[in-house]
Amino acid sequence: MGEFLTGSACFVLAMVALGLVRILRGPADADRIMAPQLLGTGGIAVLLLLAAATGAPAVVDVALSLALLAAFASVAFVLAKGSPAPGKADEP
Amino acid sequence: MSAALILDACLVLLVLAVAVWTIAARETFPAIAGFVSYGLLLAIVWVRLSSVDVALTEAAIGGGATGVLLLGAAARLTDRAGRRPAGIGLRIMAGALCLAITAALAFVILTLPDPAPTLAPQAVAGLPATGVGNPITAVLVAYRGIDTLLEKIVLLLAVIGVWCLTPDDSWGALPAPWGTARQDDAIVLLARLLAPVGVVVGVYIVWVGADDPGGAFQGGTILAAMWLLVMMAGLIAPLPATSRRLRRVLVAGPALFLAVAFAGFAMSGDFLSYPPAYAKWLIKLIEAALTLSIAAMVGVLVIGPAVRKR
Amino acid sequence: MSLLRDLFTVLMVSAGGFCFLAGTAGLLRFPDALTRLHALTKADNLGLGLIVLGLIAQAPGPLGALKLVAVWLLAQLAGATATQVLARAVRAEGRDSP
Repeated sequence: MGEFLTGSACFVLAMVALGLVRILRGPADADRIMAPQLLGTGGIAVLLLLAAATGAPAVVDVALSLALLAAFASVAFVLAKGSPAPGKADEP
Repeated sequence: MSAALILDACLVLLVLAVAVWTIAARETFPAIAGFVSYGLLLAIVWVRLSSVDVALTEAAIGGGATGVLLLGAAARLTDRAGRRPAGIGLRIMAGALCLAITAALAFVILTLPDPAPTLAPQAVAGLPATGVGNPITAVLVAYRGIDTLLEKIVLLLAVIGVWCLTPDDSWGALPAPWGTARQDDAIVLLARLLAPVGVVVGVYIVWVGADDPGGAFQGGTILAAMWLLVMMAGLIAPLPATSRRLRRVLVAGPALFLAVAFAGFAMSGDFLSYPPAYAKWLIKLIEAALTLSIAAMVGVLVIGPAVRKR
Repeated sequence: MSLLRDLFTVLMVSAGGFCFLAGTAGLLRFPDALTRLHALTKADNLGLGLIVLGLIAQAPGPLGALKLVAVWLLAQLAGATATQVLARAVRAEGRDSP
């Protein structure tokens, strides 16, 4: 069972890696920020599979933290893009 | 064994590829997307190296604070006029320096004797005296408590450093633009649903840190992320540097740690020594206070100094 | 009983892996940002959901299983919000530069 779960983790990681190629190419910034989003989900799946494969329940906590913070990069990206740059007023 | 080996090989190649891509990216935003991805991959790498505590830190910092910090910095930089790429000489120098550091690290790791020198058996042997079951927590708060104490004071100095960047006329103004940005209802919903869950998870990570991977830094960073989230959603305004409440929370953890350290003279005859009967409870108390302070410090560091009023 | 449980896990995890495959195929082949977001959500919802379902059968106890479900629910919330805000950003970008 452990071998199968580790193999599945490997497969999911490979799939996510392939997806990264497309996303990192863009063209828009919104496309690129999908990379951490996809990697977040894939990473959670990989960690859960590894936790079950190696019988290390603490690894589920790492997946839990990743899941909790999975939307952060996207939210911060949209806010940074959407709001006017705060540094503007600092310029001479 | 073979599946694990393939997984590790995939992971190494992926980490290297994302790292190279991050450095090669010419624009700021793509580089940040690469760097955040790199952090997420590192969390998996640490799990594969059986360092779940470090993986938790990487997940909490890399998934939350780093992205917000870098994206905020990028947004502040976009309008800087006359921004030029570094000259070729500077780039060669930076490259040479990185190469030298990598070579030195590789040399040290490759020339380690086999088995590598380790204090792990001693750390585990001393665990019963501290009352905690996680050797990492024991190292951080008991054996090498002085390092952790100084580290938290360094974080406080960093906060003061960031506050020093405030322009004179906006001292006491609100730090980030988020409080005034238009509210996005999807982000508001996320903040309302996620923040309470996140606070529970953060406290849980600190609590299990006594016996399993986890601890004050990981939990505090998650709490900071939740604080940042409700500020980003515009539900609460960031606290200005002049806020007494904020300052009290910032110093609470290091102050309590220092107080317990000095009380060690009276209780068991030395700086930072815990009386064995109360060791576990003192460690938990320090961890709890440090969690709040770390959350406040990380939050303040990420939102940055006040911006000039328009 | 144990064999049946393992079979269930293998089936569900394989199906989850297939969803990640489908998501990646979509990301590589779809023509624009909105359709790519659509592909991304398939990996988010179904892929992770099926893998979690399969792993529940292997969970050490009811609390361990509950934690797995919690991870999936949190990922759902994050995925839905991120997709929503990113889609809005993509639309806004499109309006700025037609």
